[in-house]
Amino acid sequence: MDWVEFPSLGRRDLRDLRLAVDGSFKEFTRAYGETLESIFEPLKTFLVWLESLLITSPWPLVLLALLAIVFVMSRSVKITVGSMIALLLIGYFGMWEDTMRTIAMVAVCTLVAIVCGIPIGILMARSDRVQALVNPVLDLMQTMPSFVYLIPVVMIFGLGKVPGVIAVVIYAIPPMIRLTNLGIRLVDTDVLEAADAFGSSAWQKLTNVQLPLALPTIMAGINQCIMMSLAMVVVASMIGVKGLGQPVLQAINNQYFTMGVMNGLAIVAIAIIFDRATQAYGKRLQKHSEVVHG
Amino acid sequence: MAEATGIEIRNLYKIFGPDGETMVEKVKAGMSKTELNEDFNHVLGLNDINISMPGGKIQVVMGLSGSGKSTLIRHINRLIDPTAGEVLYGDEDVCKMSARELREFRRHKTAMVFQKFALLPHRTVMKNTVYGLEIQGVGAKEAEERAARWIARVGLEGFEDYYPNQLSGGMQQRVGLARALTNDADILLMDEAFSALDPLIRMDMQSVLLDLQEELHKTIVFITHDLDEALRLGDRIAILRDGAVIQQGTGQDIVLNPADEYISSFVKEVNRGRVIIVDTVMDRDNKLEGGLTIPTGVMLEEAAKSFADSGESKANVVDASGTPVGILTVQDTITAMVTPASH
Repeated sequence: MDWVEFPSLGRRDLRDLRLAVDGSFKEFTRAYGETLESIFEPLKTFLVWLESLLITSPWPLVLLALLAIVFVMSRSVKITVGSMIALLLIGYFGMWEDTMRTIAMVAVCTLVAIVCGIPIGILMARSDRVQALVNPVLDLMQTMPSFVYLIPVVMIFGLGKVPGVIAVVIYAIPPMIRLTNLGIRLVDTDVLEAADAFGSSAWQKLTNVQLPLALPTIMAGINQCIMMSLAMVVVASMIGVKGLGQPVLQAINNQYFTMGVMNGLAIVAIAIIFDRATQAYGKRLQKHSEVVHG
Repeated sequence: MAEATGIEIRNLYKIFGPDGETMVEKVKAGMSKTELNEDFNHVLGLNDINISMPGGKIQVVMGLSGSGKSTLIRHINRLIDPTAGEVLYGDEDVCKMSARELREFRRHKTAMVFQKFALLPHRTVMKNTVYGLEIQGVGAKEAEERAARWIARVGLEGFEDYYPNQLSGGMQQRVGLARALTNDADILLMDEAFSALDPLIRMDMQSVLLDLQEELHKTIVFITHDLDEALRLGDRIAILRDGAVIQQGTGQDIVLNPADEYISSFVKEVNRGRVIIVDTVMDRDNKLEGGLTIPTGVMLEEAAKSFADSGESKANVVDASGTPVGILTVQDTITAMVTPASH
């Protein structure tokens, strides 16, 4: 027997296998594609609405609104002024519209990730079996090259915003789920016992004790989720998502160095703004634990 | 307030391990804790506990770590499920309650104070104190009014908006106490409530508890590893070792007649002058004509102080109406204070 060559499935069998899988998936797409698309229709409408709101409103208003959000979250003049300078520079260098598109996209993706991620995280924390089931799926989502799951997503939804959102959410949701799970599991058992002793129902325990105490960890999850969504912007631009990713993609294809750097820096700038604002907010949530009795 | 209902614990067993039910039979047949652990890998938590906890009184359960005292108190509100036995509150068996009944029982009949305070760190003193009422569904305004009363009663007025982290251990436990009292429950469960506190603060909290009990008359179950604390607080004391009750009775009973070597070794260290009352020592057959009088129920230490102050060597012990009931001598007082009883 020949030990050098690995005994593999014959080339013909492999091709048949691929054809069979691809064929049945195509049939699935044809049969259910439209239904799936209609399910995501409201999401698309919302994203389009948010995007056009950010783009068509007068820029000083949008700028003020963004800075107001940053200030309410961080309560820090330094972070707010820094954000203002960054946004003004972005506008001055002609990237205002693309930046607004990206912000709309990231906002929607983060929202979807929060709405789906927190309940899954809670379920995971409540049951070891669910945790054992979900964990490998999360590993898969985080390590599978994003181009691979872009294929079926594009086959079902075509090019555009919705497949972009789905691809970004798949990539960005795992830390959201993991950190929600972790945060709830780390809640002090003494406090949980006290909640039980006073006759809390499962729901009361969740809302009064587990979620509030896990909130700082959950905030870290949201922060990670935003960062990872931004990291996916360029990949998403490959399936037709407009925003700061597209000029970067163009720059790569045409070796426009300055264009690439400028748009890249714009992504970095909004990443830093989001990061500082959410982190400062998370810190404020922990205020009660900082003041320690001397 | 109507007299609080007592708690009856009957033939209670707790065995930790996957097959407790079968193991109970073996333990009932006389298997020891060590055997059970080595041969069957099950841990005997509680072994045939029978305690009748009187209503409106303080029942202390004393034992060292690993004696099962914390396990026992958690059976009263069923934070731990028993392997066999009954915990009766009135004519209800806590062990047979459905999940819903149990929740109602915990909400309205019991309140608990914990060794490590177990306060909600993200809530202020006020918000922690209303926790029990919030769970019961009492409106926020009424809850805060009721809580404010107890916050003031435990001496935390003005600290309502502080977070637990900003308070000292003693103050945190006052919050724990206020939270439990605000529940207005019949039964107060205190799991080593003062063990984590400094000695002085602990004494202070014991006084707070005794003062409160004088007006409230709740059924209090108090867990401790400290015999002095047990003697100071307990109307009745049960001593636990290796999951079994080895002696129960009043403080006097235990100090004067320790059931075995183990208990006498504890009792040796006790300040007997503060536990034994003159009634136990006096000579009931004689009466004095005039001279120093000491009321019944007074501790020996106090009697000794009366002797020292007056310079007398004999005194009449008198009851509430002033009738002499016996004679106490300096000699007897000192002897009783310094001679430890053996079993």
